[in-house]
Amino acid sequence: MENLIKLSYEVDGEDFTRAGEASASVKKSLRKLGVPPDVIRKVAIALYEGEINMVIHAEGGVIDVEISPEHVTMVLRDHGKGIADVEKAMQEGYSTAPDEVRSLGFGAGMGLPNMKKYSDEMTIDSTVGVGTTVSMTVYIQ
Amino acid sequence: MTIQDLKTILEAEVIFGDELMDQEIHTACGSDMMSDVLAFVKDQSVLLTGLVNPQVVRTADMMDIRCIVFVRGKRPDNDIIELAQERDIALMSTGLRMFTACGLLWEKGLRG
Repeated sequence: MENLIKLSYEVDGEDFTRAGEASASVKKSLRKLGVPPDVIRKVAIALYEGEINMVIHAEGGVIDVEISPEHVTMVLRDHGKGIADVEKAMQEGYSTAPDEVRSLGFGAGMGLPNMKKYSDEMTIDSTVGVGTTVSMTVYIQ
Repeated sequence: MTIQDLKTILEAEVIFGDELMDQEIHTACGSDMMSDVLAFVKDQSVLLTGLVNPQVVRTADMMDIRCIVFVRGKRPDNDIIELAQERDIALMSTGLRMFTACGLLWEKGLRG
């Protein structure tokens, strides 16, 4: 695994049932590269929650993943409505997701906290009415 | 215990995964909220849930969960079954409620 591997995915904001396809694909790639299972799981969960968020809140977006021997970097960009209060959004249990999302098993206010929990570095850059970019890095020990 | 033991204890019907029955399972979790599953489980091998949609299988896949048990007699549709087949995740359905199903497995030594 000497070279930097770059993967890019378009997330369809229309179809909730397909949310998670990008994360599954990244997980498969990491497994092929022989990345340790605990690292793969951290990446998979953080990215999956991010992907779900893009579909629930932002009508989709783009995910760029870079894999190096040292780390996995994920950048999730959307042009959704943005996050008005990032600090509040980071609190466990705080959610602005509509009820129908809750009936699908999400929207419990755990998305961003889970992303933070499973990534080693995370930054959120969001402007209301413009969109949100979430960058996460998981170190490969 | 194995997935086969789980099937016996829960009097469950196997929907997919007859060839996966010998797999060992060590721990389980029960939840209808997938974000809770993603937040709290570590090395779980079984997910018991009353939620029936493709995200249940996708969540299980992310967590390396080997078997999903749908409680309260719920049954997945073909799209969900196909997703599980692609990922080698066993699916079964039990008529038991969540509390009872979890209780029976706990009684037989399975832990969270």
